[in-house]
Amino acid sequence: MPVISFDAVRKVYPLPAGDVVALDGVDLAIEEGEFVLIMGPSGSGKSTLLNIMGSLDVPTSGEVTIAEKRISRMDDDELTLLRRDHIGFIFQQFNLIPLLSVVENVEYPLILRGQQNGSRERAQEVLAAVEIAETHFSHKPNELSGGQQQRVAIARALVNDPDFLLCDEPTGNLDSKTGTAIMTLLDRMNREEGKTIVMVTHDPRMTDYADRTIRLVDGRVAE
Amino acid sequence: MTFFDLARRNVTRHWLRSVLAVVGIVIGVVAIASLGIMGNSIGLMFDDMVSDVGDTLIVSPAMGSGSDRLTDRQVDDIKRAVGSNQVIPFATTVDKITVGGASSGAMIYAIPASDIPSLLETESGGYPRDTGAGCLIGSQLAANSQENGLKLGARVRIGDETLRVVGVLKERGMGFDINPDYAIVVPYAWYSNHYNEKEYDQAIVKVRDVNDIDAVKESIDQRMNRREDTVNVMDTRGILESVFSAADSITVFLMGIGAVSLLVAGVSILNVMLMSVTERIKEIGVLRSIGTRRSEVMRMFIYEALFLGVAGALIGGVLSFGVGYVMTAVLVGNPDFLFNPASLLYIVFGMGFGVFTSVASGLYPAWKAAQLNPIQALRHE
Repeated sequence: MPVISFDAVRKVYPLPAGDVVALDGVDLAIEEGEFVLIMGPSGSGKSTLLNIMGSLDVPTSGEVTIAEKRISRMDDDELTLLRRDHIGFIFQQFNLIPLLSVVENVEYPLILRGQQNGSRERAQEVLAAVEIAETHFSHKPNELSGGQQQRVAIARALVNDPDFLLCDEPTGNLDSKTGTAIMTLLDRMNREEGKTIVMVTHDPRMTDYADRTIRLVDGRVAE
Repeated sequence: MTFFDLARRNVTRHWLRSVLAVVGIVIGVVAIASLGIMGNSIGLMFDDMVSDVGDTLIVSPAMGSGSDRLTDRQVDDIKRAVGSNQVIPFATTVDKITVGGASSGAMIYAIPASDIPSLLETESGGYPRDTGAGCLIGSQLAANSQENGLKLGARVRIGDETLRVVGVLKERGMGFDINPDYAIVVPYAWYSNHYNEKEYDQAIVKVRDVNDIDAVKESIDQRMNRREDTVNVMDTRGILESVFSAADSITVFLMGIGAVSLLVAGVSILNVMLMSVTERIKEIGVLRSIGTRRSEVMRMFIYEALFLGVAGALIGGVLSFGVGYVMTAVLVGNPDFLFNPASLLYIVFGMGFGVFTSVASGLYPAWKAAQLNPIQALRHE
């Protein structure tokens, strides 16, 4: 059973100037343990695909199954819980919560699940796994470098042990050396921990890390 | 770390803005609570005065009844009408009095000697008797006439007779029945004899149970005014009520102003919270995308409003206590009124209203935050 499967997925945005077809019949399946890149020019539907994979959006028609759950008829709360329990998001801009310390940022998803007991220890454990020094645990995110912030964001994405990581240009805001370090970390998570990773990127060098690449053109998967 | 914790940190992140919003709530709470306390204190003052003088009816000859005096027979009728309650008829006149060598005009009250003790208290000395030639002097008259020698034991000439001052009255203040502070009180028998008068000006009815006032009034009306109005019955409670109902409506009006100030405070919280939501659109997008439910986002923002409201209410409550103390002490003259349960309840009411206003003002911004589309919110810069 694939972690993610798309079956004839269409996404149409109704606009006053006429409907915009963002996804036009996408079929795909992502298996457990895969590291998959999604590439394509601007306007090819990458963002829409990412949003639907992240259960932030639902298709206009077709069916999407995420973690063995069909999302097309889910309400907002069900979609939210699916994100919380099965998906780890990693953003280009890190998107840590500025009010929370590093360790609290990582702890937050556990608290959303009502796991107060041992949440601090679990957060510290995951932070150690992404190589954040203990001295930084109590710092606020803006006191860390970009690379460190992205590591914290990866820890936050991993802390709930999601079915897959969904990465949106995770190295886009980092210099190439730091970017490489982050990619090495993600690669390690994929190889050693068996984490399924889906990554949207413009950067052709990323193909080195991936098992395969899905190319989108005009809302379709290009062969 | 909880949602409440997050809300608290958000409130303290922009502390100046939060403090200003809290100040609005504080002003509203203080306005409502202290004005309520004042209104309540005025009410308590009313009750005090009613229990002091509210048991009194004053019966006087009706206008246009052909007579401006009450006859013995009418007084007897009144006595029959009021049953076991006490009736004290009295007459007044103004005459020249001479003490030592000095003369002046003075108000004279003539009251049956046996009734005087139940109506008036003496500061010193005793009470005159019907058979003797004694009189009482009012406290202010005594104070103003010291150099004339008008004091306890002095002799006062009225016309060709001499009275001895057997007592000095306690200060009584403004009354609805008689005002003896500047007057001389003589036994009615002496007055009747001296002026050759058999009639009275008015009669005071002391009703034993304040709740019977209306029934007693009705009974007098029934007996005396069946065919035509021969007497007027005035109850002091009615007069007090009309005075105090004016004070009451002023209080309601002032509390209304207090409520408006709280409303303004609510608008400022609404504004602060809307600003907070707008600034944090992206953050809300992040929270939503990593699995925070709408209801949880909403809760976080309501907690913020609650936090501002509770802070404002607590500070406002403490200040209300102080302002209430000053108000009851200075304006009403009795700070004990502050510790009346109803007064304290106004503080609780003001605080509760402050918290309610804050939370109510936070509802819309919280709802707005919860309704944000996570995709658009994430893209927001």
